[in-house]
Amino acid sequence: MSDASKSNALRADLRADKRKRRRARADMRFKWYGLTALGLAMLFLVFFFVDIISKGLPAFQQAEILVQVSYSESVKSNYNRAVDKRYRKLISRSWLRTIPMQLEEHPDMIGTTAEQWVLADYRVDQFLKGHEGHKLKKKYQKLVRQLQEEGKVRLAFNSGFFSNGDSKLPENAGILASAVGSVLVLLLTMLFAVPVGVMTAIYLEEFAPDNRFTQLIEVNINNLAAIPSILYGLLGLAIFINFMGVPRSSALAGGLTLALMTLPIIIIATRAALRAVPESIREAAYGLGASSLQTVWHHVLPLAMPGILTGSIIGLAQAMGETAPLLIVGMMAYIPEAPHSILAATTVLPAQVYTWSGESIRAFEERTAAGIMVLLAVLLSLNALAIRLRNRSEQTW
Amino acid sequence: MTASTVFLWFFGGLIPLAAMAFWLARGKALGEAAAGKRLHSLPSFHGWYAVVWLAVPAIGSAVLFSLLHLLHIVDVPGPMLLATAFALGSAGLWLALRHIHAGFRARQAVEKVMRGMLFIAATISVLTTIGIVLSVIFESVRFFQVISFWDFITGTKWQPDTAFLIGAGRDTEGVAPPLFGSVPIFAGTFMITAIAMAVAVPVGLFAAIYMSEYASHSARNKLKPMLEILAGIPTVVYGFFAAITISPLIVQIAHAFGLEAAYTNALAPGLIMGVMIIPFVSSLSDDVIKAVPQSLRDGSLALGTTKAETIRHIVLPAAMPGIVSAFLLAISRAIGETMIVVMAAGLRPNLTMNPLEGMTTVTVKIVEALTGDQEFDSAFTLAAFALGLVLLIITLILNIVSTVVVRKFKQRYE
Amino acid sequence: MATDMKNKLTIRGLKLWYGDFEALHGIDLDILAGKVTAFIGPSGCGKSTFLRCLNRMNDRIAGCRVEGDVLLEGNDIYAPDVDVVQLRTHIGMVFQKPNPFPKSIYENIAYAPRIHGMVQDGPDMDELVETALRKASIWDEVKDKLQQPGTALSGGQQQRLCIARTIAVQPDVILMDEPCSALDPIATAKIEELMDELKQEYTIVIVTHNMQQAARASDYTAYFYLGDLIEYGETSQIFTAPSNQRTEDYITGRFG
Ligand SMILES: Nc1ncnc2c1ncn2[C@@H]1O[C@H](COP(=O)(O)OP(=O)(O)O)[C@@H](O)[C@H]1O
Ligand SMILES: [Mg+2]
Repeated sequence: MSDASKSNALRADLRADKRKRRRARADMRFKWYGLTALGLAMLFLVFFFVDIISKGLPAFQQAEILVQVSYSESVKSNYNRAVDKRYRKLISRSWLRTIPMQLEEHPDMIGTTAEQWVLADYRVDQFLKGHEGHKLKKKYQKLVRQLQEEGKVRLAFNSGFFSNGDSKLPENAGILASAVGSVLVLLLTMLFAVPVGVMTAIYLEEFAPDNRFTQLIEVNINNLAAIPSILYGLLGLAIFINFMGVPRSSALAGGLTLALMTLPIIIIATRAALRAVPESIREAAYGLGASSLQTVWHHVLPLAMPGILTGSIIGLAQAMGETAPLLIVGMMAYIPEAPHSILAATTVLPAQVYTWSGESIRAFEERTAAGIMVLLAVLLSLNALAIRLRNRSEQTW
Repeated sequence: MTASTVFLWFFGGLIPLAAMAFWLARGKALGEAAAGKRLHSLPSFHGWYAVVWLAVPAIGSAVLFSLLHLLHIVDVPGPMLLATAFALGSAGLWLALRHIHAGFRARQAVEKVMRGMLFIAATISVLTTIGIVLSVIFESVRFFQVISFWDFITGTKWQPDTAFLIGAGRDTEGVAPPLFGSVPIFAGTFMITAIAMAVAVPVGLFAAIYMSEYASHSARNKLKPMLEILAGIPTVVYGFFAAITISPLIVQIAHAFGLEAAYTNALAPGLIMGVMIIPFVSSLSDDVIKAVPQSLRDGSLALGTTKAETIRHIVLPAAMPGIVSAFLLAISRAIGETMIVVMAAGLRPNLTMNPLEGMTTVTVKIVEALTGDQEFDSAFTLAAFALGLVLLIITLILNIVSTVVVRKFKQRYE
Repeated sequence: MATDMKNKLTIRGLKLWYGDFEALHGIDLDILAGKVTAFIGPSGCGKSTFLRCLNRMNDRIAGCRVEGDVLLEGNDIYAPDVDVVQLRTHIGMVFQKPNPFPKSIYENIAYAPRIHGMVQDGPDMDELVETALRKASIWDEVKDKLQQPGTALSGGQQQRLCIARTIAVQPDVILMDEPCSALDPIATAKIEELMDELKQEYTIVIVTHNMQQAARASDYTAYFYLGDLIEYGETSQIFTAPSNQRTEDYITGRFG
């Protein structure tokens, strides 16, 4: 073979031929598998959020009706008399029920009449929003249409959703009680889990001798992180409630249970943060004659703080979305009022979502979705905060 | 006096007392220093020393009394508890103040206590495990005194309806005995787990491969948080979505193909659980794929292989132990997942291979047994603990195996 | 210099950037067929970078940009229609740290030929594996343990396994980036011996830190400094009468 033809053969070989094209295609295909996988995940997210938001958004508006209310003396004994019989079935009983109490408090109102916007019955609400299964009778449908033409029906911002507790009447059900419950439970959780978790991590990273017991603790923490959350519920039920006598359904029972569940998350994150602090800093502090606790307290902990904070926020977010162990310790009770003590029966946001999702009245569905929107908004903000913090702290080293 | 007011009084009193103790002891130490003596420890350490001597007896006695109270051994009235605690605390403080002099090694003493506290904190995690193990074992033992272990493990019928009669000590003659055969329940669990893994493993693995091998740095930084959103969605929300949106969709689709599907079919919770586990699989796989040394990829590419060939033949086999361990952890996640199945799967145990039929799982049965208004002592509620025990054993085995596998893998590349 | 056809590789005006950092400032160099060419120079001067340009391993690095021509027997390897993957079957590479795959010794060799469809599994493959191992003078040491993992060999054996793996693809050029820097003197001597044999069939380019190695094993030597090619010529000439003062300083160990 001459040199020239050899070079031509090489030239041809370097160009794509059929076999090479096939391999290149296989290469592309592999890349596409990855893209497809990510695309599927993304598609799911879009579908999921669109679905939840389209279901939940209507719940942020609630139907109201403009009616003539007469606060006569007789209303005190029978609140039904406050409004014209024709409209009574259109109006929420949850509102009518409050009239006698209002009159007790403001006796000067007795004998007056007023035209005011009042909360409508959930069937009216669902009918106005065009939801199937609204169950509003034909004759009332006509009445509502007529009122609508007169401008006496409206969809207004649903402030009750944020200011009410749970209720058997969908139009009156809100998330206040469960939100307060969540705050209470999480406060207890963090109050217990963060100090204990950080202290455990400090002990293991900075002080623990390398012996059997330390190894046991380490293996144990890894296992704890993998134990299904529902088993923590069994622990809470058996130890806290049945053995120690903490009241069932109380924020204390829920908070302690969640704290044990959150503990491994915080320990693992804190240990990673402590380990990331360069050894040279410890040596520098020891070199100046600082004791080991002073070294940790003055130098290592401040540097590890962003990592510890990130871990705590992630743990908090986990605990906030957790439901299963709380069901087991009884936190799915019907709670119309915000709890006033850590020993009183309490519910939390995700448990509220769970109980609403089991209601047979269809009008609860949009409220469930709205509750989910609130929950997700808080959780995603928490996670975003944690990611921000983590990226910031990664940049410093 | 309710428990919470005692609580309030206790801490309301302790904190000012502690501040006072700190101030007194520090003052005394400063006085010594002013008298021209050289202090061994900083004045604040003397302060902390006094605080410790105040708080440890006070808190210790309070905890002791509360425990006695909770266990119904002695009924201690609130005021008495408070009085005793504060008296003991003051005695401690008095002792501590007497110790303080210039040469006193307050720092060593305080640090010793702090180390002790750190150690106690570290033991809490061990106590938690012991607590979980003991609580499921105790109740399970009570369950197995009534129901034979063998019947529980091998029985194919779960009909606990008459269990409350046994619990109530009633005559059970003439009624069908309750049956606690857990096979159909575990079958349901494994079916739903299998569906979840069929979704999570390919999607999670390929997503991880794409992110670690193909995506640019910036694309990766955008994609990762997106997947993390999936992990941040609470399971109760997934459960709602599965039950309200996916299940009816599956029923409709099945109907279009002329198939019958139940609203509590196993497919809906399985699919959604799979989605939930995707980020778990992908981030664990991502870690191990990144741990495969770059030099192996270079070596392969320098032989004229394509990227896909390098990944398939070199990177993935090298990362396989890590991937397997991620897989095992994902299974244990799926088996223990509760809310999705509670909301979207059925209640009726059903031994079938058809994912369109309704079936139930271990976790559903646990929740069902413990959230009803059954007596806590009935075999029906105790069965929940027996199921929990099996669940615990399975997850622990999966976790330990995966830890061992991944440790082997890490050793190889260190 | 020699005519074009005796050049295996012809490099003209090669510049390279890592992001904003210009690592190579326009290199012109001819690498002759069937010879061993050594690159020397202080560390960080761009030897590895330049070497990796020759089979486009730098393509993998994000933000890396190349300008200028690299011709393999007159064919521009950076031309848009060139298949990088195919190019690397013509120009193989051996790395600083031995990097056998975590597979058996046999599979380490058979992997690439199988993927390139060179031979089918079976006796043909066995023969190919044996030939490659023989050429890399490691056959006698491993013939009884072909199924054992390649990672279980000693460092020097691993490096020869990597060379065998590269030979099995039957390349024209073998690039070696400090192949002996992680090895002991005996293993190094074996590899040098091996290079001497291999140059009958292959064009070899080697980066080395070791002056004696360059002097002993190479025919031509190129001296790099801060991203520039300072001097290039026959090894004997470079080592006895360098024309550039810096080269002389480096070779005689006055700096670097
Ligand atoms: N991947 C990279 N990204 C950015 N800069 C690099 C990269 N690789 C090498 N460099 C820089 O390019 C220069 C040449 O490096 P290199 O080719 O490895 O030198 P040598 O092999 O001669 O020691 C050095 O300054 C090095 O810091
Ligand atoms: Mg180099």
